[in-house]
Amino acid sequence: MTKLHMNRRQLIKATAATTLFAPSILSARRAHAAGGTLRVGYISPRSGALSQISESDGFVIDAIRSAMGGKIDTAAGSFDFEIIDKDTQSDPNRAGDMASDLIYQDEVDLMLVGSTPDTTNPVADLCELNGVPCISNATPWQSWYFGRGGVPGEKTFTYTNHFFWGSEDLLEVYFGLWNGLETNKVVGALWPNDPDGIAFADAELGFPPALKDAGFTLVDPGRYQNLKDDFSAEINAFKRAGVEIVTGVMLPPDLATFMAQSKQMGFTPKFVTVAKAALTPKGVASFPDGLGANLSGEYYWGPQFPYTSSLTGQTTEELCAAYAEATGNQWLQGTGYVHSLFEAAIDTLKRTTEVNPEAIVEAMNATDLDTCVGHVKWGDFAVAPNVAKTPVAGGQWQLTEAGEYELVCTFNDVAPEIATNGTLQEKVW
Amino acid sequence: MIAISTALNGILLGGLYALYGLGLSLTFGIMRTVNLAHGDVIVLATYLSLLTTQILGFTPLMSLVVLVPVMFCIGYGLQRLVLNRTLKDGMMPAVIITFGLSFVIQNGLLLGFSADRQVLRQGAVETMGVTLAPGLTLGLFPILTLGVLLVLIFALQAFMGRTLLGRAFRATSDDPNTAELMGIDGRKIYGLAMGLAFAIIAVTGVIMGIRSNFSPFDGPARLIFAFEVIIIGGMGSIYGVLAGGLILGLAQTIGGAISPTYFQLAGHLATLGILAVRPSGLFPETIEKG
Repeated sequence: MTKLHMNRRQLIKATAATTLFAPSILSARRAHAAGGTLRVGYISPRSGALSQISESDGFVIDAIRSAMGGKIDTAAGSFDFEIIDKDTQSDPNRAGDMASDLIYQDEVDLMLVGSTPDTTNPVADLCELNGVPCISNATPWQSWYFGRGGVPGEKTFTYTNHFFWGSEDLLEVYFGLWNGLETNKVVGALWPNDPDGIAFADAELGFPPALKDAGFTLVDPGRYQNLKDDFSAEINAFKRAGVEIVTGVMLPPDLATFMAQSKQMGFTPKFVTVAKAALTPKGVASFPDGLGANLSGEYYWGPQFPYTSSLTGQTTEELCAAYAEATGNQWLQGTGYVHSLFEAAIDTLKRTTEVNPEAIVEAMNATDLDTCVGHVKWGDFAVAPNVAKTPVAGGQWQLTEAGEYELVCTFNDVAPEIATNGTLQEKVW
Repeated sequence: MIAISTALNGILLGGLYALYGLGLSLTFGIMRTVNLAHGDVIVLATYLSLLTTQILGFTPLMSLVVLVPVMFCIGYGLQRLVLNRTLKDGMMPAVIITFGLSFVIQNGLLLGFSADRQVLRQGAVETMGVTLAPGLTLGLFPILTLGVLLVLIFALQAFMGRTLLGRAFRATSDDPNTAELMGIDGRKIYGLAMGLAFAIIAVTGVIMGIRSNFSPFDGPARLIFAFEVIIIGGMGSIYGVLAGGLILGLAQTIGGAISPTYFQLAGHLATLGILAVRPSGLFPETIEKG
């Protein structure tokens, strides 16, 4: 082996020195946009277990880049505009690493992050810590707010804002869906041991008390580890209790394992209504043996939303059609929220009077914008001023005559402006 | 009925775990070194099967026709060209090489296939159930998995016990120097043993890929289960693998039946318990060398 020019002790010293001193050097962040460039960082799970949610990210970012043409006019003058996107590989630790890279190396002026608490929370925490403005969405607000230690009236956040719906809206949607068909109202829950699962299962703020109030009986076998090979214990518990409705917040691979094993063991509930796991047509089609048919859940964005992009002027239908034309794939729910994230970001930057975190935060907090997912305005939601609420409806993945799965909006009591376009059906096995 | 169902599902899950452990037990039994890349090699086999299904249009099970010989050659080559070079330096260099190999495989797969989770599609057999009694239905594929395991175990036991080559394997395991004096080429035996282990891993990989989905970083989790199986069953014992798998699978499903939170914990506790009471496992085969 060739000899290093440094002995072991020197190497350790040198490494320790860099690790100790690097952050303090690097955290002396530039005061002004260097070279007249405003940089926006965007972090999402482009690959890995959550990749289905982010499938249209590339398309959206390209569209935004071409709409902006590399320039932005703000109240503080004209700047070059740059979007730097990073992939978390669906790993929360890597999400934190990517955020550090964007904060320390790329020195972004505004951070954007979406899709599940495993992505939004580590990034938002780092931004809060480093004083970098951050807008996030596509995570139920409870997981984002309580998951990061927020306490209503006591602890709130300065640099990080969020817009999405919460579990209270999801509950109403789910109850509406379930009441659409005759069942025994016995609900089996599959809530994993992750921030979403824990938030959903919370005995005070989660599903259990609401289910009870709405007249449902809950069977909760307990928190399970994500990505496991065997759900027989849960299935046995559900069979014993006569569960007809299965709900949860699951990773797509876990829902696949669960449904395959359910069918093997002869457990065929009337509803499988699971958040997070059935979000894209491809994902639904990839469930084994056609088990994706008639999965129900949230309809959180789509052509039934009667809104228009503030950036490109496209209606939701046009956004969906543009994606279909560009990729040959069916429209995705994720497209709207990624697009709206950039709408909020660009609107904020346009109104900022100076290029520093405080001024950008001020502009962000003053946002009052109609986006393609609905109206975004912070400060109106009493529980958490950092949260703006956007609408959601209920839907079901039905097999079309063309042999494709399409998300049909079947329930809109929570947000009547979103038009329904189908009727609810029982789950097929 | 729930108790019976839990027990049977535990046995079936144990079949899968025993399959994870079988290749590891074989290499440990003969070479006395631990292949830390074992789990990653399983995942590698699964991805190779995926590749075969995509290129040749085979079903995953048909891909075994290609995969078993290919994996045998990879294993044989790895042992002859890489691991055999370190034999004279004791056990550690080989362990460290496989540790490195584990990272090479993980990151190689990440480059080639991205971090997306994949699955092997075998069709209706994935979700078919077999009804044993009213209210007691088991998955067909887990039953087939257990069947494959039993066939492999009995075939391997017969091979080791009754054939000349099997005897050479055991002789090299017990005392490589004396075996060498009898005209057995230890290096060749090691190569064949690693090849055989990799061929078994090919079967394991395909079954794992059909049963659940996989990503490039799933190897270490499989290695832990494989380790636990051979720790419970006894290092290097083939029947011990069966016992180890069943105990681990049963511990997990029984733990899971109490509360899903205890699913994995129960398996680890069972392993620790056996390790405390019988440090060399239930059916130790290898002779301790001074």
